[in-house]
Amino acid sequence: MAKIKGDILVNVERCKGCEVCIASCPFSVIAMSKEVNGKGYHFALKVNNECTGCMNCAIVCPDGVITVFRGKVSE
Amino acid sequence: MEEPFVKTEIRKDENIVYKRTDLLVDRPLSYCPGCGHGVVHRMLMETLEEMDIQDKTIGVSPVGCSVLAYDFMNIDMLGAAHGRAPALATAIKRLWPNKFVFTYQGDGDLAAIGTAETIHACNRGENFTIIFINNGIYGMTGGQMAPTTLPGMRSSTSPYGRDVQTMGHPLKITELIANLPGVYYVTRQAVHTPSHVRKTKKAIRKAFEQQKENKGIAFIEVVSNCNSGWKMTPVQSNKWMEENMFPFYPLGDIKLDGKLIQKSEIAK
Repeated sequence: MAKIKGDILVNVERCKGCEVCIASCPFSVIAMSKEVNGKGYHFALKVNNECTGCMNCAIVCPDGVITVFRGKVSE
Repeated sequence: MEEPFVKTEIRKDENIVYKRTDLLVDRPLSYCPGCGHGVVHRMLMETLEEMDIQDKTIGVSPVGCSVLAYDFMNIDMLGAAHGRAPALATAIKRLWPNKFVFTYQGDGDLAAIGTAETIHACNRGENFTIIFINNGIYGMTGGQMAPTTLPGMRSSTSPYGRDVQTMGHPLKITELIANLPGVYYVTRQAVHTPSHVRKTKKAIRKAFEQQKENKGIAFIEVVSNCNSGWKMTPVQSNKWMEENMFPFYPLGDIKLDGKLIQKSEIAK
């Protein structure tokens, strides 16, 4: 059966590491990276495959760095 | 760096459900990490994109953190003198009545130095939209006390907390101007959670729709955080805002379709 799943793409160089997306994610998909980007911020990183594409993280992101995809996957 | 957990079968252009709007110029925002300004900028631009009025909109940017708003919004914008954005917007709207005009102001701009311009523009019932970002502090200059600073709240010029005996009471300018007859729609929103962001976007949309009908000022206050000024992390500052700002600045519509909504908080 096909399932609806989501994915996020973080614009790493624009992320400022405010962690607001982590608080808004209902499935704890996002965590902060150990590495830093060019500006020295830890950036948001997807850490599991639970994403449903609900867009919560992208909507609260102050810098709009998150692009959300949603589509059917075959299990 | 290898990015883990990539779903290549979903990550295609036709599956995009949300991306940063093209009406925001592709450059990094100058705001601190976690600042509500970025969200309000994006919601404003998304509204203009949905209504397809990018070429008919003129914005007025204030003095404050958002002084560079014209650098980020890909529309026609003017920079006003400190606090004088409503006066400038009045002139623009009177000269081009068919354009959509909005001002984007902070609390130091709108509620302190620009009080006269704001109140008189609202009282005249000009037909533009005011977006007012209230974070209870002068964020750009280093966290000084603003008229909207809460009683007991620490800032760099009230290091022991705001004492209402010597420093006066906080100014609820939104409730103040809601009583003016020229004002048609007044609401107070926030942008710290997804549901609040969606409500704010609906309010902005409503305000721009009402500009077509020439009913009067639409005034949207957005209670926002200033994590640098409050000396907290963004997530902490959002929590602090919920616990301390919202009891004093309750969210919701204050004036709808020209009629005041009676609330017990306003009567106090």
